Amino acid sequence: MSLQEKKIETPPMPDKKGHFGDYGGKFVIETLMPALEELEKLYKEARDDPQFVKDLRYYLQQYVGRPSPLYFAERLSKKLGGAKIYLKREDLNHTGAHKINNTIGSALLTQRMGKKRVIAETGAGQHGVATATAAALFDLECDVFMGEEDIKRQALNVFRMKLLGARVIPVSSGTRTLKDATSEAIRNWITTVESTHYIIGSVVGPHPFPMIVRDFQKIIGEESREQILESENRLPDACIACVGGGSNSMGMFYPFIEDEGVRLIGVEAAGFGIETGKHGASLSHGTAGVLHGMKSYLLHDGDGQIREAHSISAGLDYPGVGCEHSHLRDTGRTEYFSITDQEALDGFKLLSRTEGIIPALESAHAIAYAAKLAPTMKPDQIIAICLSGRGDKDVTQVSDMIGDEI
Amino acid sequence: MSRIQQCIKSLSDRGEKALAAFITAGDPDMESTKKIFSALEKNGADIVELGVPFSDPLADGPVIQKSAQRALKNGASLKKIIQLVADLRKESQLPIVLMTSYNPVFVFGPEKFVDAAVDAGVDGIIVPDLPPEEADELEGYSKSKGLDMIYLLAPTSTPKRVRMISKRSSGFIYYVSLTGTTGARNALPDGIEEKVGAIKAVGDLPVFIGFGISGPEQARRMGQISDGVIVGSAIVKLIEENADPAVRDKKVGEFIGGIKQALLPAS
Repeated sequence: MSLQEKKIETPPMPDKKGHFGDYGGKFVIETLMPALEELEKLYKEARDDPQFVKDLRYYLQQYVGRPSPLYFAERLSKKLGGAKIYLKREDLNHTGAHKINNTIGSALLTQRMGKKRVIAETGAGQHGVATATAAALFDLECDVFMGEEDIKRQALNVFRMKLLGARVIPVSSGTRTLKDATSEAIRNWITTVESTHYIIGSVVGPHPFPMIVRDFQKIIGEESREQILESENRLPDACIACVGGGSNSMGMFYPFIEDEGVRLIGVEAAGFGIETGKHGASLSHGTAGVLHGMKSYLLHDGDGQIREAHSISAGLDYPGVGCEHSHLRDTGRTEYFSITDQEALDGFKLLSRTEGIIPALESAHAIAYAAKLAPTMKPDQIIAICLSGRGDKDVTQVSDMIGDEI
Repeated sequence: MSRIQQCIKSLSDRGEKALAAFITAGDPDMESTKKIFSALEKNGADIVELGVPFSDPLADGPVIQKSAQRALKNGASLKKIIQLVADLRKESQLPIVLMTSYNPVFVFGPEKFVDAAVDAGVDGIIVPDLPPEEADELEGYSKSKGLDMIYLLAPTSTPKRVRMISKRSSGFIYYVSLTGTTGARNALPDGIEEKVGAIKAVGDLPVFIGFGISGPEQARRMGQISDGVIVGSAIVKLIEENADPAVRDKKVGEFIGGIKQALLPAS
């Protein structure tokens, strides 16, 4: 048996209480506990219901456009010199990112619950747009919480959400970014839980959210696995994906967890540089703590107060991370590295120029790390990058920053 | 019998309902908190809940969120608040409860926290984002040291959860009057009496009602159907609005006096 085919035994996660090893769980006020119990029960029934599975598959194919291609980036591979690079083209999904995989599934769950309203938090606006889209499709009322800082950075997505019939609710507390939008969405859910489903945007939050979102996103890795076996007749040597909350990476990694020969590499935001303290690298430079309903790695101070994160990309500008990532980090199954704002901009330009693909700034972090790794590898080795979203939303921001240089 | 249990028992013997007053510790600073504590005690508070400020309090409305920000800006921390309780204990025997998000406790270390809190003279803790499912460790330490661990029940709680939490809570049960975050409301939802009745039917613990209580009339009605009421945002608002310490403490004292009056037996 070659190394590539070796299997690692992993117990099913999470456990009955929603724990991934030492992480995860349900750290929320009593008011929400019954809704979480109900959601878990309903989700498990849906997951085992052939009709639900059929409906989900229908919308993913006919509406989202799945399967997304696993594209061989030949020019990028040549330019970097080293491993062959494949791109999982989540940017080609309807709405332009992987987020819709989860919002379609969650909107179907909302229908099944008989609830008529959904709420969501958003950073870059991609999850907000994907939720607003699913809400329009399934005729649900939709409120999206978004930090005032992000509303400024992502004007185009704000307009898209409004066009889709959602209300965008500005959040002015704290750092006015994704962290505070999430807090405000949870507060709203505490108030409206009886009529409203919370479509959380990443593999974060109290159990069962990290499990549900992972399950809706694991299609990324399942397709990639099939596609690479089809085209190369072997598994990749490494999968690379950016990590903010960690949903595209979790979706990409999950189907490869038992494949010992596949390195699973998450790329966090180093922001202005780790040494400046202004970054979003919770897994590489944080410690365990409790935020937004779960135990996970966090950026916080010695008194347990949450620190401000920073990243050029709104989607990675978050001081926490999905709890399953924290568990995988501790077991050593996954590895995490970080990429600065400047390196991400370089990745953004690199992919645009070599492949004619403008990546989201979030995904540009994964590209930038691959640009470091690929040249150290052999030409017969393979890297699969999750290109989680397209960069149209970021063009104005990047133009303001580097317009003169182009 | 813990200081909280003794307090509730002696009130009940006199036909009074308990008044628990919440303020954020360190808002606007620690010295002010000592003065406000004293104003609360003198004017009829039976229990004081000291809120430990947290950067991201998920169960709090805008008033308490802002007070936490003021306290953090002026350097409040769990460690300093435990020291504050030790200072208060030199002068006062009033039951003191710490109300905190879990992360500051987790970072402090649950066992170390319980030891320090008990040494300082804390009588009970309320950790809203730590349901019994996640609380084995902290509850274990608390119970072994005689620190009351007070759990919340909500309008959404199922009968099964009411039974479970009634078994695990100690001191009293904190009934959250409404489906929402903290903050004074003009009106409280219907059906509270039935919910509180159902809780009292399954166990012996006193039930306090909190969240949303804004004045004496609401307190009187809530007192009639429970063992005590908890008032927070309405006091914190007075602290926010009155920068002059003398005026602030006078207004807080008058407000608390009015609520206490409403909880005395009808003569």
